[in-house]
Amino acid sequence: MTVQEALAPRQADLRLGGIIKLAILAVGGQGGGVLTNWIESMARASGYAAQATSVAGVAQRTGATVYYVEMAPAGDKPPIFSLMPAAGDVDIMITAEMMEAGRAIMRGFVTPDRTVLISSTHRSLAVSEKTVPGDGIASTEEVKAAAEVAARHFICADFDALAIKNGSVISATLFGALAGSGALPFKREAYEDAIRAGGKGVDASLRAFAAGFDSAATGSETAAEGSPVTAASGLAGPERLLRGWEALTARALKLPAPAIEIAEAGLKKVVQFQDLAYGEDYLERLERVAARDTGDGTLTREAAKYLANAMAYDDIIRVADAKTRAGRRERIAAEMNSGDAQVMHVTEFLHPRAEEIVSMLPAKLGARWAANPKRMALIDRLFNKGRRMRTDSLPAFMALYFLGGLKGWRKRTLRHAQEMAHIEAWLDRALDEAACDYDLAVEILRCQRLIKGYSDTHARGQSKYARVMEGIDLLAGRDDAAEWARRLREAALLDENGKALDGALKTVVSFA
Amino acid sequence: MAERSFKAEVEHLKLGEGETFTGEGILAITKALLESGVGYVGGYQGAPISHLMDVLSDAQELLADLGVRYEANANEAAAGAMLAASVHYPIRGAVTFKGSVGVNVASDALANLASSGVTGGAMIIVGEDYGEGSSIMQERTHAFAMKSQFWLLDPRPNLPSIVKAVSDGFELSEASNTPVMLMVRIRSCHVTGSFECRDNQRPSLTVREALSEPRSDFARVVLPPMSFAHEQDKVKNRWPAAEEFIRERGLNETFGPASAKLGIVVQGGMYNGVIRALQRLGLADIYGETDVPIYVLNVTYPLISDEFLAFCEGKDHVLVVEEGQPEFIETQLGSFLYRADSDVKLHGKDLFPMAGEYTGAVMLDTVEAFIREAAPEMLPANVRAPNAEKPQIPDLSKTVPIRPPGFCTGCPERPIFAAMKLVENELGKHQIAADIGCHLFAALPPFEIGGATMGYGLGPAANGAFDGGGEKRPVAIIGDGGFWHNGLSSSFTNMSFNKSDGVAIVVDNFYSAATGGQDIMSSRATNPTKSTRNPISKALKGVGIDWVREVDRTYDVGRMRDTIREALTTPHKGPKVIVASSECMLNRQRREKPLRNAAIKEGRRVEAPRFGVDEEVCTGDHACMRLSGCPSLSLKKLDDPLRDDPVAHIDQSCVGCGNCGEVADAAILCPSFYRADVVHNPGGFEKWWAGMSARLIGWLIRRRSAKRLEFQSAS
Repeated sequence: MTVQEALAPRQADLRLGGIIKLAILAVGGQGGGVLTNWIESMARASGYAAQATSVAGVAQRTGATVYYVEMAPAGDKPPIFSLMPAAGDVDIMITAEMMEAGRAIMRGFVTPDRTVLISSTHRSLAVSEKTVPGDGIASTEEVKAAAEVAARHFICADFDALAIKNGSVISATLFGALAGSGALPFKREAYEDAIRAGGKGVDASLRAFAAGFDSAATGSETAAEGSPVTAASGLAGPERLLRGWEALTARALKLPAPAIEIAEAGLKKVVQFQDLAYGEDYLERLERVAARDTGDGTLTREAAKYLANAMAYDDIIRVADAKTRAGRRERIAAEMNSGDAQVMHVTEFLHPRAEEIVSMLPAKLGARWAANPKRMALIDRLFNKGRRMRTDSLPAFMALYFLGGLKGWRKRTLRHAQEMAHIEAWLDRALDEAACDYDLAVEILRCQRLIKGYSDTHARGQSKYARVMEGIDLLAGRDDAAEWARRLREAALLDENGKALDGALKTVVSFA
Repeated sequence: MAERSFKAEVEHLKLGEGETFTGEGILAITKALLESGVGYVGGYQGAPISHLMDVLSDAQELLADLGVRYEANANEAAAGAMLAASVHYPIRGAVTFKGSVGVNVASDALANLASSGVTGGAMIIVGEDYGEGSSIMQERTHAFAMKSQFWLLDPRPNLPSIVKAVSDGFELSEASNTPVMLMVRIRSCHVTGSFECRDNQRPSLTVREALSEPRSDFARVVLPPMSFAHEQDKVKNRWPAAEEFIRERGLNETFGPASAKLGIVVQGGMYNGVIRALQRLGLADIYGETDVPIYVLNVTYPLISDEFLAFCEGKDHVLVVEEGQPEFIETQLGSFLYRADSDVKLHGKDLFPMAGEYTGAVMLDTVEAFIREAAPEMLPANVRAPNAEKPQIPDLSKTVPIRPPGFCTGCPERPIFAAMKLVENELGKHQIAADIGCHLFAALPPFEIGGATMGYGLGPAANGAFDGGGEKRPVAIIGDGGFWHNGLSSSFTNMSFNKSDGVAIVVDNFYSAATGGQDIMSSRATNPTKSTRNPISKALKGVGIDWVREVDRTYDVGRMRDTIREALTTPHKGPKVIVASSECMLNRQRREKPLRNAAIKEGRRVEAPRFGVDEEVCTGDHACMRLSGCPSLSLKKLDDPLRDDPVAHIDQSCVGCGNCGEVADAAILCPSFYRADVVHNPGGFEKWWAGMSARLIGWLIRRRSAKRLEFQSAS
C-alpha cells in the first residue's frame, strides 16, 4: 500500500500533499522515545527526509507525553516541517493507552478525513480513577465509540499484553501495528531493519513487532485479552457435604428467576465462609425476602448479592483462611514467575488492633471489654503492632492456619453478633419498605455496598451507611425517594471523607 | 550519573569538515560550541536543556582534549557568574540553563556581566520552557534581555540555523562587547535533523593559559563612576555595533516575494509554525516557498528599525507573530512605524491570543484571519467558502481523566508523603510550603501536601513569615537538588539565623532527580570529576541547626511518621530538620537491573521482591490508593457478580519498594497485601529447607481441604 492510496479519501491541503504527519501520545515511561526513533530512522533509511520532536520534561514522570514525526520524500531542498501536531492535520495517531486515545481525539488530532488511529486498548489508570472509594474507572467503551467516529481507520488491540506475552515492551508491538496498518509507504523489512539498527533487545522486539503486525493486519483483537477470572469450575469435598450442597442449590432454584444466578454465587460465598448450615441461613433469609418480593424479582436478586457480602464479613478467621487455602501459593508463584528452580518467600502484612482481638471474644464478654477504654488500651499495648508473617515458613503458617480453622468458634463471637444484628436491621428495614416503595427497598439493600474495608476504613463505611440511612428516613413517602437514595449512595462512594455525601444530604434536608 | 547516557552520541561531536551530523538539537548546539572554539562551558540542568548538560558531562574527555573547561555549576547564578572569564580575557564561554526560572536566578550575574561588557564572546543558551510540556510559570525570558541589554537570538528551529546562530552569536558578542542569549524552545531542543560540520577548534587562549597571565581593568568593575560609563557605552557604542553587525551579516532573513500588500514578521523560533499555516492555506509549498513576504527575526533583541521599515515598504498590513506576553516586539515595531510616520497597519495580539502557546490550530486560524483581512483574494476558494461540514465527534471531556505527572513506580518520596498524610490525620492540617523538584508532585492528589512553591531552594524560606511558630508548626519540603542549588543559603541559614520554630523535610534521593538524575554534592556515587558524598546533615550542623534527624530508608513509613510527629511536637526550640534519604528508584533500577540480571545469569543468589494483593481479601475500598498513587498499584475488575467495586491489583512493573506493605501496616489499612521474594539460584540447604516447609504446609492444607467443600476457581 502506498501512502497516496492510504491518504486518498481525504481532501488534501493544497500544497502539503507530500508530508506525512505522525503523532504518538504515550504515558511517561512507555518508551515513546524508542518508537519515535525507530520511525524516524526507518524513514531516513527509506529515502525520506524526516524530523522528530518531543516534549520532554516532568511530563515524563508518569504524565501524558507527546512525540511527533514528519516525513516527506527527500528532494533537493530540505522540507519545512512543523514541530508540533496540529488539530485536524494528523495522518497517523498512535496512542499507547486507551485514555490517551481519548485525549488525542479531544485535542483534535484524530479526524475522519485523514487520521489512522492505532491505539492500545489497555488501561493505565490515572490517579483520579484509582482513589475513588467506589468504581471510578473511566469508560473504555465510550472512547472506543468516539474513536470509531473520529478516525478514518481505527486499529486497536491490547498491545501492552501482546508485548508482555512476547517478552518485550509496548513500543515494539505498536511499531508492528503501524507496519501492519499499511499507513506508511514502507515495507515490513524496513521496519525490522530499524529495530535491528537500534541494537537493543532485538529478538524480543522483533517477536513483539510481528505480533503487533499480525494483530493490526488481521484486525484481530483476540490473543491480547488476559484470561478472565472465571467463577468456580469445580467442587470437591466429602460425600456428605456434597449432598448437602446439592440440596441447598436445589433449594436456591426455587427463588425468583432473576435472583437464581446471584443466589448460587452468594451461596458459594457464605458456605465457603462458614459451612452448609450457614448457607441454609442465607437461603432462609432470601426466602423471607422472596416472600415479600411483589415486583419482578429485583429485590430478591439484590438481596442475594448484598446479603452474601454482609454474611461473609471480613473477620480475622476469613482472612487467615484465605491466606492458608489450597491453591494460593501456586497462584502467587505463577504471578511472580517463580518456578521449581526458585524459592519463594511470602510475607503477609497484618496489623490487628484491640477491636479485632476483642471482636473474636464471646459476644457478651467482648461487648463488656469493648466498652472499657482501659481494658482496650491494655490490649492495644499487647497486640496492636504490625506483624509481618512469612507464610512460607511453618510457624507463621501454623498460626494463621489455626486462626483460619476457628470457624466453629465464629458464631459465638462479638463480631458475629454485631454483624447479625446489622443484617437483621438492614433486611427488616428494606422489607418494611418493600410494600409501599419497592424501588426504595431495592436501594436500601444496595446500601450494603458502602460497608467495606478494614479498621478505620470499615468504620468510615459504617458511618457513611448510617448517614445515608438517615437521609433515606427523610425521603420516605416521596415519589422520587428511590432516585434520591441512589444519589446519596453514589455520592458516598465518590470520596473518602464523605464531602460529596455531605452536599447531597444538605440537598435532601433542604427539600425533605 | 544522569538518567540518559549520551556516550554514544558524543562520538558524533568529533566529526570534522565535510561530514554530516544527524541528531538532536542539543547535540548540534554542543557541536557548534566546539566548532566555535569555546574555551569554557557550564550551566545548570532543567528541562528542556537538561540533556545539554548531560551531553557536556558525557563529553568531558573530548572537552579536556580540546582544552575546554567544563563546570557543572551549583546553580544558574554560578553559571552566569562564570561568564566573568570573558570580561577581560578573549575567551569564548557558554553556559546553559532553563528560562525563565533559571534566568531569574542568574539575573544578578547577568546584569553585572552586561554592564561590564565582554571581550571574549559570552553566550547564554536558554531553554525556553513555555507552552505544552512546561513545568514552570508561563513567562518570557525576553524581558531580561531588554532590561540588561544583552542580545537575544531566536533562530529558526532547524539544525543548520541553530548551529549558525551559535557561531554568529559569538561573533556578535565580540563585535558589540555584549553577552548574547541563544533562546531555544522546548521542541527545538529535541528536534532532529542534519547539518554540515566544520572542524572543532581549540580555544585560541585556554582558561589555564589565562591564569598564567592574569588581567584586570577597573574600568570594567560595576562601581561608580564606571557604572554610569557602562550605561552610556551600552547605548552609544555596543548597541550600534550590534545593529551594524546584525544588518551587515544578514542575521535576520526575508523570504517570499519582494513586493506584496502584506507581510509577516516572525520570531525565528515560530517560523516553521507560520510556514505550516501558509502551507495549509495553499500559500506555501513544502519547501517553504511562499507567496507571503516573511521577515524572520533570528535576532529578537535588538530590533533593527531600518531593516523592519524597509520590509514594510509598499505593504498595507503586517502581522507580528510573537508568542507569549507582554508583546514586547510588537510594541517596539509599532513605535518604529509611528516614528517613521508610516500608515502600515500593524497586527499581532489583536488577532492572536494574548496568552498561551501558538499551537497549529491557533496559527492556522490567525494567519487565515490576517489574510482574510489584508488580502482575501489570496485565499483559495475552498478556504474562503468551505463547503465541507466539520464532523461531529463525541465529547470526551467528561470521560478522559487528566494525567498530570506523578511519582514513579517505587519512588522513595511516596512513603514520605504517605507518612505526612498519616501525621496530618492525627494532628490536623498544617501550613506546608513546597519547593521545586519531584516532591512537588505531592501537591497533587492523592497526597495534596504543600500549598505553594516560591522557587528552587526556597521552600523553607517561603515559610519565613511563620518562623515564629504558633500552636502548630509550619512545615517546609525541599529536595536535595534544591538544598544545594540555593536552599542551604536562602532557606536554612534563614531558618537558623531567625531562630525558626519550623520543620523542614529534606527529600534526599541522591540526585537532582526531576531534571534527569544529575549528580549533586550529596550524591552517594563516586564521580571522577566532581566532589560527591558530602552529607546534608553536615552542612546543616555547619549553619547551626542541631535538631537534625536522618531517616536512611524512607520506605519505613512508621519511622517516617514517628519522626515527623516528633519534629512537630518536640519542645525543642529552633529549626527542626528531617533528612529523609533513599535513592531515586528510576536511577536505582537503571543501575541495579543489569547487575541483577547478570548475577542471576551467573548463578549467584538473588532475591527479587514484588508485591501482590489477595483479591479475596481486598474489599475494593481503595484506601491504599489514597496513600500511594503508584503506577504499578492499580485496579482490576473481578468477574464476580457479587462485587461492585474493582479491587487493588499490582502489575508486573512493581519493583518491590515496600510502600504498599508499610502503608497497609502503618495506616492499619487491610491485610490484603503480601510481598513475594523470589529467590533465584537458592543454596542447596535453603532449597531443601523450603521444600520441607512446603511439603508440611501442603499436608496441612490438604488435611483441611479434605474435610470441607472446596470451590475451585480457575483463576
